[in-house]
Amino acid sequence: MSKEYETVIGLEVHVELATKTKIFCGCSTAFGGAPNTHTCPVCTGMPGSLPVLNKQVVEYAMAVGLATNCEITRHCKFDRKNYFYPDNPQNYQISQLYLPICRNGHVDIELGRVSVNQKNAGKEAGEIRHKQVRIHEIHMEEDAGKLIHDEWADESLVDYNRSGVPLIEIVSEPDMRSAEEVIAYLETLRQTIQYLGASDCKLQEGSMRADVNLSVREVGSTEFGTRTEMKNLNSFTSITHAIENERERQIDIIESGGKVVQETRRFDDAKGESYAMRSKEDAQDYRYFPDPDLIPVDISDEWIERVKAAQPEFRPAKIERYKEEYGIPDYDIELITQSKRMADIFEESVRLGADAKKVSNWLMVETMRLLKEKNMDADKLVFSPAHLAKLVELVDKKVINNNTAKEVFAQMFEDDTDPVKYVEEHGLKQENDSGAIKEICSAVIEANPKSVEDYKGGKEKAIGFLVGQVMKQAKGKADPGTVNEILKELLS
Amino acid sequence: MANIISDETIEYVGILSKLKLNDEQKEQAKKDLAQMLDYIDKLGELDTEGVEPMTHVHPDVNAFREDVVTNGDDHEAILSNAPEEREQAFAVPRTFD
Repeated sequence: MSKEYETVIGLEVHVELATKTKIFCGCSTAFGGAPNTHTCPVCTGMPGSLPVLNKQVVEYAMAVGLATNCEITRHCKFDRKNYFYPDNPQNYQISQLYLPICRNGHVDIELGRVSVNQKNAGKEAGEIRHKQVRIHEIHMEEDAGKLIHDEWADESLVDYNRSGVPLIEIVSEPDMRSAEEVIAYLETLRQTIQYLGASDCKLQEGSMRADVNLSVREVGSTEFGTRTEMKNLNSFTSITHAIENERERQIDIIESGGKVVQETRRFDDAKGESYAMRSKEDAQDYRYFPDPDLIPVDISDEWIERVKAAQPEFRPAKIERYKEEYGIPDYDIELITQSKRMADIFEESVRLGADAKKVSNWLMVETMRLLKEKNMDADKLVFSPAHLAKLVELVDKKVINNNTAKEVFAQMFEDDTDPVKYVEEHGLKQENDSGAIKEICSAVIEANPKSVEDYKGGKEKAIGFLVGQVMKQAKGKADPGTVNEILKELLS
Repeated sequence: MANIISDETIEYVGILSKLKLNDEQKEQAKKDLAQMLDYIDKLGELDTEGVEPMTHVHPDVNAFREDVVTNGDDHEAILSNAPEEREQAFAVPRTFD
């Protein structure tokens, strides 16, 4: 390749908001209901039905806009985007074209930081760079229903449960130049929105969807090339592949003297390539016009201040503060702050008197392991900081040993059981009566002359076997450290 | 009539609105649309310098609902509107993009 090319990328990100009800009616947004059980005349587009705006949608949209440094449009309204498709029962989607709720924002992204997972895979940390990605606008709109295609019959089935679920669409400026920047931008958006509790932002489940607008141009050129839009990207990996693939495809076309056609392309993850869905020539003419069924939304200074005041401390600020306050490793901080729920549990447990590093260990090891095992998200954690702090105390005071604590924690993880009660009820208290332990130790020494001989002969490790035997006889209720000491004393 | 609607335009508008018009209806629609555009041109003669575009005919703003579930499962009534029903869903001609 003789010439050098630059990739220019802008993103349209759809985020499903975490409201209980749909944007214009009182139907539930719960995921996974039987087909059409969350529907009404409004969200199935029946003539004469009237939409009424869900206030929480406006609040979430404002919260995301404020968190991404946007200007809030004081007087905004809804428009109809007209197209015929069976998943769209009104034959128009209610959206915002002329006066979107948020405009002119930006997100600061960090590049070069190596995540915990990458570090585990042996990747070295590089130099950290910062970049700003501008946000053109954020608008509110409704989601469409879901089409199920029958392989055998010549028909499609429509489920309108998702029809009318609130979305915000976050439109960036074409400020990104690589897949790495795109992923960093999406990660930052996701983290911010999750911290706000405005959405769970899951790409795989479709609560966060990204369309990638991409063009290439010669390095140094100030004009944009012709762009394509790629859809159907439902993981960070497929986004990365799609970007690399599309960049190569466009460069090949240009190098061979051709012209890139402006079109929408669908990425096929399995094949690792994209194909054209529709080109500009047959692009739909959406004939936007103001929706007369919905009156405008006026947003006062006071309302903005209220939403601002409710904003949480976001992850970058939290990371800095943790470094100052808690004296735990950066690795721990990175893991704990990945979820606001986890960070909240951490802070509160420490506030209640538990040691920061010990709390952090419970979160990083056992919590992470159980979350993974149960395929659960950290924001769904049920155990309370108070109970975690109590558990740490039980171990500190040697009421239970670490192994027993793990068993207690597993129960806490399930249903927020009070660890003190649980230990009491299940008789898990450690045998701290050193007389009783001494007796067991003596018996074990008597029964295992071979190990005793090995130990006395210099095999330090042999004591481990004896400790194990004592623990077994004490039914796990002894402190291994104490047992070790007593055995050494008896054998000296 | 100052505005003239071409055959191509009426064809295109027909496609967009999913309407099939016969020749006679097409001629009538061309005439109607031209008259509407003439009227819009007439409005365009007004001096609107410095006037904020109107967003709604109604002066009210901020009609909200609280985020509370008020509708239950009413799929039988909803599906009674479906021309065809299969597996508790609206059955439509196979559609794929």
